[in-house]
Amino acid sequence: MQITVKLFALMREKAGTDTIPLDVPAGAAVTQALATLVCQYPMLEPYLANTRLSLHMDFVDPETTLAEGDELVLIPPVSGGA
Amino acid sequence: MFRVTTDPLSVQQVNDLVKRPTDGAVVSFDGIVRNNFDGRPVHYLEYEAYAAMAEKKLAEIGAEVQQKFAIGEIAMIHRIGRLDIGESSIVIAVAAPHRHAAFEACAYAMDRVKTEVPVWKKEFFADGADHWVNQN
Repeated sequence: MQITVKLFALMREKAGTDTIPLDVPAGAAVTQALATLVCQYPMLEPYLANTRLSLHMDFVDPETTLAEGDELVLIPPVSGGA
Repeated sequence: MFRVTTDPLSVQQVNDLVKRPTDGAVVSFDGIVRNNFDGRPVHYLEYEAYAAMAEKKLAEIGAEVQQKFAIGEIAMIHRIGRLDIGESSIVIAVAAPHRHAAFEACAYAMDRVKTEVPVWKKEFFADGADHWVNQN
């Protein structure tokens, strides 16, 4: 099935894009999608340990199951405010 | 109101959003772009957001703060894009019948923003270098 990975900030710059379409097996968990992602974009690997994950605008665990068409958003350490 | 915007912020406008006749206090936090990072001169900043989620998280924090403290309305607006030294990056305003709850709620809300809202800051230094805060 097809999902989309969205990138922001440093990871967006490292990958050179903010949107990555990804083919993952039906019923795949977020962790499987991330493994596929780093095969294609190895430059992102060093940042994943400090990255939170979001689906449908909520933080999710890496074990969460993905659905067709999901937008998996990688949330690096936030630094908003002042 | 919980928003992410590229427009300049006005503390007075955010304060006016939360005022009610029953509230005797409005406490606001005005986050300012500072001219240095650990002493290294900063030229300007850029903020990037996952705007839809950032607005949702701001609203969730607002609801949490209203549960936790005896306050009335709360508004939080985060600016993104390029910001120069001295400009406001975030304004939080909290109204309450009495001041103590408003002070505490405002500080708590800002602490929550720092950990839960998907906004990222990139510093551009006076020497031409730049870096994303907390990401290396």
